[in-house]
Amino acid sequence: MSGHSTYEPKTAFTRWLDTRLPIVRLGYDSFVDYPTPRNLNYWWTFGGILSLCLGLQIVSGVVLAMHYDPSAGHAFASVESIMRDVNYGWLIRYLHANGASMFLLAVYIHIFRGLYYGSYKAPREVLWILGCVIYLLMMATAFMGYVLPWGQMSFHGAVVITNLLGAFPVVGDAITTWLWGGFAVDNPTLNRFFSLHYLLPFMIAGVVVLHIWALHVTGQNNPTGVDPKSKADTVPFTPYATVKDGFGMVLFLILFAAFVFFNPNAMGHADNYIPANPLVTPAHIVPEWYFLPFYAILRAVPDKLGGVLLMFGAIGMLFILPWLDTSKVRSMRYRPTARLFFFIFLAACLVLGWCGGNLPDDMVIKVGETDAGPIGLNFVWLSRIATFYYFAYFLVILPVLGLREKPLPVPESISSPVLAGDHSKKD
Amino acid sequence: MGTGVRSGPHGSFPNASDGVRYRRVLKVADTVVETKPGDGHVADDPSRRDFIHIAAVAAAAGAGVGIAWPFIDQMNPAADTLALASIEFDLTKVAEGQQVVVKWRGKPVFVRNRTAKEIAAAVKDDHAEMRDPQTDAERHKPGKAQWLILVGTCTHLGCVPTFGGGDYGGWFCPCHGSVYDTAGRIRKGPAPKNLVMPDYAFLSDTKVKIG
Amino acid sequence: MLRKGIVLAAALGLALAGASAQAATTHKEPKDVHWSFEGPFGKFDQAQLQRGYKVYREVCATCHSMNLVSFRNLAQPGGPFYDPKYKNPNESPYVKALAKDYQVDDIDSETGDPVKRPATAADHFPSPYANTAAAAAGNGGAAPPDLSVMAKAREGGPAYIYSILTGYEAPPAGLKAGPTQHYNPYMSGDLGSYWSGDKHKTPEGGFIAMPPPLTADKVTYDDGTKATVEQEAKDVAAFLMWAAEPKMVERKQVGFAVMIYLIAFAGLLYASYRRVWRNQSH
Repeated sequence: MSGHSTYEPKTAFTRWLDTRLPIVRLGYDSFVDYPTPRNLNYWWTFGGILSLCLGLQIVSGVVLAMHYDPSAGHAFASVESIMRDVNYGWLIRYLHANGASMFLLAVYIHIFRGLYYGSYKAPREVLWILGCVIYLLMMATAFMGYVLPWGQMSFHGAVVITNLLGAFPVVGDAITTWLWGGFAVDNPTLNRFFSLHYLLPFMIAGVVVLHIWALHVTGQNNPTGVDPKSKADTVPFTPYATVKDGFGMVLFLILFAAFVFFNPNAMGHADNYIPANPLVTPAHIVPEWYFLPFYAILRAVPDKLGGVLLMFGAIGMLFILPWLDTSKVRSMRYRPTARLFFFIFLAACLVLGWCGGNLPDDMVIKVGETDAGPIGLNFVWLSRIATFYYFAYFLVILPVLGLREKPLPVPESISSPVLAGDHSKKD
Repeated sequence: MGTGVRSGPHGSFPNASDGVRYRRVLKVADTVVETKPGDGHVADDPSRRDFIHIAAVAAAAGAGVGIAWPFIDQMNPAADTLALASIEFDLTKVAEGQQVVVKWRGKPVFVRNRTAKEIAAAVKDDHAEMRDPQTDAERHKPGKAQWLILVGTCTHLGCVPTFGGGDYGGWFCPCHGSVYDTAGRIRKGPAPKNLVMPDYAFLSDTKVKIG
Repeated sequence: MLRKGIVLAAALGLALAGASAQAATTHKEPKDVHWSFEGPFGKFDQAQLQRGYKVYREVCATCHSMNLVSFRNLAQPGGPFYDPKYKNPNESPYVKALAKDYQVDDIDSETGDPVKRPATAADHFPSPYANTAAAAAGNGGAAPPDLSVMAKAREGGPAYIYSILTGYEAPPAGLKAGPTQHYNPYMSGDLGSYWSGDKHKTPEGGFIAMPPPLTADKVTYDDGTKATVEQEAKDVAAFLMWAAEPKMVERKQVGFAVMIYLIAFAGLLYASYRRVWRNQSH
């Protein structure tokens, strides 16, 4: 953010405070007078939506923690007690559980917006990497949070994921024992997951502050990918972006409320209403929907360690993306070839999610039947195809395309297509 | 507003094919955005306090209050705590001249079966000088003088008084020496009030509901 | 170029996809039943909940616990024995009378010995067995699961419960069932190793350790409703749905109000947004 602050304290108190701790000035410069590109579309409201989700999760989580008992013997019953006995406990629990899903839905939309419009490209690399850190922390938080109700899926999901770390040679077993605090997932594991689940969101909040700071240094990206060049290109954040973000938030809340009040268990799994039993494994262990693509990548590789490495590698691709994409044009609005590959990438991620929710050997397309069993395309092979594309997109397609494609002409500034009625405008 | 001119990070962009058009576009842009630094108004809009904005902010405030109430109310006692808000007690368990201590709402409650002598001693002192004057009749239910049901927490700093101690044969609090008589009234020592009577009712001659 | 590569990979995948002799668990989809509480405006039918409670009490409670539900819940708004005259469910005479029929564990305050005493409104429904091991021992090795959240713990919920209870069939010829195994097509299972017929016609479903619990007129309904197996099953499934989610109706009612408010709020914000951006192009 270049230029100096235009804040002028109006009252004696605000003048006094401003010379001692210019916090009102900071708020004003960041969220009132902050120059925002005038052409942001609704995909840009998800930053505000994510902040709303984080706040909601923290408040509902702290409140739930007032009633939750993190011991293996009473966790399940304490959650049911919240649902039945605590005043509005059912509401707070469903807000928190569905809020986690909504939070991750919003973060995926936010990430895909960044991928499409090139928001990860210079000078926003650090902003993007901080976002990846937030995403990792969110996944860890969500995983540990799902263990807390101590249902069958909670327990066995924890078993599967913690066992993954045993894949590492030499140190694997020591790490899993250390993580479990015992010889298997049990009470010590639950207790420490509760402690960390409470801690991590505050770390997320801290990284979010850095993320917004980094954003304000470079300014927002915008659908054209062209930097603002003059005052004509921007509007002050309040009221223009504030009211648009607010509208986006309320639309998001309508979707959220539809789940919370009318179908609160739709995104969960029935097996998690069965109290955890270490001696009985559910027929079909599945993580929550937001982990399904990674679950598919994990199972795509026959080797356990290979699957773990590829799964973490998939997230790692995001971190190095700013240096993989060689294009000089930011926004895929002006990169028709890249846009095509982007949509295939989106489809591949959705396919991976679908594969993660199915048994590896189930058939996608059955071609025939033999005595040994059915023949055709099964989910493992579909996952492999989609995984191949996922990595090819980052490691081959984006680097090559940037050097070889022919982008459309990029407008000179944000205002010109807006005012001249640019027909190449495409959301 | 503070936005300087920024140069593109990736070098040159395709040149405008029509330089004149570019300049005209910039001029139109300049006249459209007539925002003054720092107030975010559009200058040609005279009534800043548009009703619609007030309505939207009011709706937001309403939503805030609406969502706040469940988060506040959840700290009130939950249904399972309220279920233990009252207990029933069988009085046949208490022999004459004895007391039983029951737990009610997390506190000790003395259920004392008074002898005739103890009742008489309490009535005799009805008008004696005491810090928190009450008659014996005010300390029990009508017709049930033998049953004294009191919260067993010393009104000084909360210790549990011992049964039968002190000069009056009522209770004695060992923490700071408060002495209660056989009607649970404070007679000596630092306690400011008599032992508290909880809400209770007789369901029958042998059963009482406390709370 | 890459697109061709994808197609090639897909074809390869098809060709290479091995035949796997993995056994598959199957089950029949739950029957299509309609409930008074389905949909955004659904409510529990109190008479049905009372009938369902009776079925639970007289049939299911012999083996199944419901230890997350308390007697006082029965008299809460929306519950089977709610009476507006007794706003405090702990005071409800129905609940007190029902609770007294059950014996719960307690400790004698004078001797310290474990005793059994009649339940009060505040107590949870007791388990018929002292612990899980005893429950399993008394039921051929399979402990009857707790029913508190059963309607949420199975895909299909109350429809699944109804289907299981009404879906018992005689095992088709060629299916070998042991003495504690009962064939039920709605129960998820893999019958491949018990089936001696055509491998491509393995019956769907599985074995359930619970013998068919309901028969016609096993329970006599107080309101005179004919107690067919279907009726008993429907009523107990509805009761179990209430037991799993006693706040369902309140949730839907609050939800309706919240949606109206949010939609109106969205409208106001949209109007505000259009007004703010009136003279700005974007």
